[in-house]
Amino acid sequence: MSVASLSEKTTVTRADFFAPSLGKRLAYVAVFAYVVYAAATLGLSLDRIEKGVGYGLRFLAGFFPPNFTETDIIPGLLESLQIAFLSSLIGTALAIPIAVLAARNLMPPWVSWLARLLIIFCRSFHPVIVAIIAVKAVGFGALAGIIALTFASIGFVGKLLSEAIEEISKKQIEAVRATGASFMNVIAFGVVPQVMNRFIGFVAYETDSNLRNSTMVGVVGAGGIGGTLFSAFQRFDYNFVAGIILCIIGLVMIGEVLQIYVKRVFR
Amino acid sequence: MSTLSIRHLVKEYVPGKPVLKDISLDIEGRGITAIIGPSGTGKSTLIRCINRLINPTSGEILFEGQDLAKLSGQPLREARRRIGMVFQEYNLVERLTVMENVLSGRLGYMNAWSAWRRKFDEADIQKAFTLLRRVGLADFANRRADELSGGQRQRVGIARAVMQSPGLLLADEPTSSLDPKTSVEIMEVMRDLAAENNIPVMINIHQVDLGKRFAQRVIGMSEGLVVYDGAPEGLDGDILRRIYGGQDWLAT
Repeated sequence: MSVASLSEKTTVTRADFFAPSLGKRLAYVAVFAYVVYAAATLGLSLDRIEKGVGYGLRFLAGFFPPNFTETDIIPGLLESLQIAFLSSLIGTALAIPIAVLAARNLMPPWVSWLARLLIIFCRSFHPVIVAIIAVKAVGFGALAGIIALTFASIGFVGKLLSEAIEEISKKQIEAVRATGASFMNVIAFGVVPQVMNRFIGFVAYETDSNLRNSTMVGVVGAGGIGGTLFSAFQRFDYNFVAGIILCIIGLVMIGEVLQIYVKRVFR
Repeated sequence: MSTLSIRHLVKEYVPGKPVLKDISLDIEGRGITAIIGPSGTGKSTLIRCINRLINPTSGEILFEGQDLAKLSGQPLREARRRIGMVFQEYNLVERLTVMENVLSGRLGYMNAWSAWRRKFDEADIQKAFTLLRRVGLADFANRRADELSGGQRQRVGIARAVMQSPGLLLADEPTSSLDPKTSVEIMEVMRDLAAENNIPVMINIHQVDLGKRFAQRVIGMSEGLVVYDGAPEGLDGDILRRIYGGQDWLAT
């Protein structure tokens, strides 16, 4: 298709500025076709969905009334909370230097690539998979859970923080460098003020997410309330399961409120 | 002996296409030297080569007994401490306070641990506050830099540069983002502070009239070469045409 230069035209049409894209249309068709294919091959029919909902309702009915009387809810929740806090703290502390090394605007390409590979590695596995491996490696209990969630925190905070660093204003950095400041001083006065707000948001979000995940790693034996939950499931003690689930919801909600308060203090 | 001596400075961003073609200049003791010339002629590149925000391709930049073009690492950072810089868009760290921005002029003399905890010398804090009072912003010391207007920000930028106690002040289009009245005020602040502290100033400027009014010497650049170097009174129509090219824009 030969395109005449715009300045040679006397009249212009809509198509001169908003050309239809064949590629975009093909992409829409391809996405739709894959949805149909995936649903069909998985046997996802209306009939199957209806049957599933029926089972589910009967199962939910077994939850009532929830049972809070068992004594191991509170110690389990406390252990989950401790796992979440420790792993967030350790993970963030390790993520900060890795994120600085991964930022392409601060580091030569080979350094940032190595650091990025490390971040990608930490992000590759779901915390539960890391927890399974950690339980095999260090044995049952909270240590395995802390290792699993620390891993996840490095990946999450490392990735988002390095991206935040890459988006900072070069002009502010240039001015700090021009004063003769060392690299670490450029970080302290040029980089940190520009990313601090977002960093606090990332850490708060990661702590929140670790709190939720710490209630789950126990399913594979890595400490916390998850172990209690799993054994209640296996005993078909659905009333107790409901009690634990409600407690977890309460814990996460308390975490949410605390997060708002902590953010306000640090900003 | 001159403060700054540039010898045969060449800068090529793309090999074979020099932006600066063999610039040689001497900047003496004190006063303001204005560099004028069309956009894209390398004025900004020249200024940034001096404090090595840009690395020159070849040539020498002699300042206080060293060739800045050959420095790197720690010696380069130490040399930069002696060169203040004022930027077109002020380049303040927006989320820091005005006071922190002025004191960042001392960062070259501090280790990171002190910088992180804001353990500045009492004398530096005194000096920073005196400078802020001098530029009329004492009451803004604890405000965040992004709350200030353009003219106020540039005053902070100048205070930050003077805070370095530099032996040379570079200014890259310091008034191009400001209205005409504020531009004059900023030029006055810069002239007066430089004179009080005996700092020679090298300034890139687009407004020829401002350059003529404040500078003791004008350097005209065109296509990477110096085409005029002399007193501001010598800038007549012919020379301006030689610097900027064309005819019509000078007609009144």
